[in-house]
Amino acid sequence: MIIRRPADIPSSEITPESTYLRRREFIARAAGLGVAFAGATLLGGAACGTRDAGGADSADGALSPEGGPTSLDDKPTSFEDITSYNNYYEFGTDKADPKANAGQLRTRPWTVQVDGLVKRPAAYAIDDLLKPHALQDRVYRHRCVEAWSMVVPWQGIPLRDVINRLEPLPSARFVQFTTLLDPRQMPGQRRNVLDWPYVDALRLDEAMHPLTLLATGIYGKTMPNQNGAPMRLVIPWKYGFKGVKAIVRMSFTEKQPPTTWNVAAPSEYGFYANVNPEVDHPRWTQSRERRIGEFRRRATLMFNGYPEVAGLYRGMDMRSNF
Amino acid sequence: MLVHPATRAAVFLLCLLPFLHLLADWANELGWLPAWESTLGPEQIHETQVRTGLWTLRLLAVTLAVTPARQLLGLNALAKYRRMLGLFVFFYVALHVATWTWADANFDLGYMIEEVTKHRYILVGMLGFLLLVPLAVTSTKGWIKRMGGRRWNRLHMLIYPAAVAGTVHYLWAVKKDALFPFIYLAVFALLLGYRAVRAVADRRARAAP
Repeated sequence: MIIRRPADIPSSEITPESTYLRRREFIARAAGLGVAFAGATLLGGAACGTRDAGGADSADGALSPEGGPTSLDDKPTSFEDITSYNNYYEFGTDKADPKANAGQLRTRPWTVQVDGLVKRPAAYAIDDLLKPHALQDRVYRHRCVEAWSMVVPWQGIPLRDVINRLEPLPSARFVQFTTLLDPRQMPGQRRNVLDWPYVDALRLDEAMHPLTLLATGIYGKTMPNQNGAPMRLVIPWKYGFKGVKAIVRMSFTEKQPPTTWNVAAPSEYGFYANVNPEVDHPRWTQSRERRIGEFRRRATLMFNGYPEVAGLYRGMDMRSNF
Repeated sequence: MLVHPATRAAVFLLCLLPFLHLLADWANELGWLPAWESTLGPEQIHETQVRTGLWTLRLLAVTLAVTPARQLLGLNALAKYRRMLGLFVFFYVALHVATWTWADANFDLGYMIEEVTKHRYILVGMLGFLLLVPLAVTSTKGWIKRMGGRRWNRLHMLIYPAAVAGTVHYLWAVKKDALFPFIYLAVFALLLGYRAVRAVADRRARAAP
């Protein structure tokens, strides 16, 4: 079997979802025909699926999973599960609420405010913000602080590329993201279960890491509303609550900004929120997790299995900087 | 009508219904019952824990409401349902603990001890379960006779701290939305409060004939 390094895999070779889910079938058949596993590339030609929002297509040799590739142990979670089991309190606190209630969200027209310590603060129409960039497919492990996890085939743009274009000032150390505030479209915001609008932030070097993604799609399809459409943050080595959804604002700041879950429960949700099996949540264990689609729990990996980010935290106490 | 065997059977079946629902859902998940559609969702073990836990608390509330209903509505026949209801409480809490032991702890005693000592919501939950064990064991008429009514009644007052422990376990397990745990807390406070008020009133009635 050819084991490819992530940089070798062009997106045109990404197996379409339906084919992937039946891969054992195909392998068996291919083996019967004497064609090797690499024969999957013949099937993979139709690759990346549809894009509605216009703009660059992902077939220009964009990279597939950089960093810790998902192992054979990490089957992508079904589209059904990814889009029906969501923590998105803006639409209700039940896992089933976002799918039930998010249909009313209008994702176009959509403006993203870019401000703070940046060369040209401006309000961008989201398509203008994203158009210059090639979409990439990234299959990432996604770990919720509640100790369940999924494997999600995201589609989006490295945040680094967007930030480079926005030209933050040298004094900028953090970037904060804000979710839409609109109780008319987001019924969950009528209750103050969290302080709305939802905000979270990254240190600039975390935001610039190659793994950090501004995601606009799942399984090659336009992001469903309940997953954070039209644009959401994905930081695979951190707990999912740092992945701000329905982003309407990016602010570059010098000081570490407040983050919603940390404000709600400072002893339970930190700024860094790096996945760490050695640092428990005050009330429950973080050393094991339930992978959606599996019954028994599995061991949680340091940095959710992305050790390449360890350098960002060298010399930091991971327990106090939880 | 309340004591009619058909009514007893109906109540029994109603108490069993959540369990039957769970069985059907699991049978579908495991591929044995394709005709049924499971509503366990993507995190099946967690959902199983939620259901068995909530039914423990709900049946606890019903069990604790029997005596007030008897006294306030004069429905003495309800007393005959207390054991059945109480044992169903134990049934669901046993399922809840068994699921944890098998699916989370994998029968690893070391893991279980670690979890109980490190996490207060598991500690208080385990406490609630342990408080219910002697109640289940001594639920028979034979035990009432063996212990004497007075001692038996006192032992079975443990159901109150068990209910509180169960509700606090729920409250501490929930991530943020504490609305329902607080509702259960309020219900148990009411039922406990009724008992307390009643006990004081009874004592006064005895002291001043």
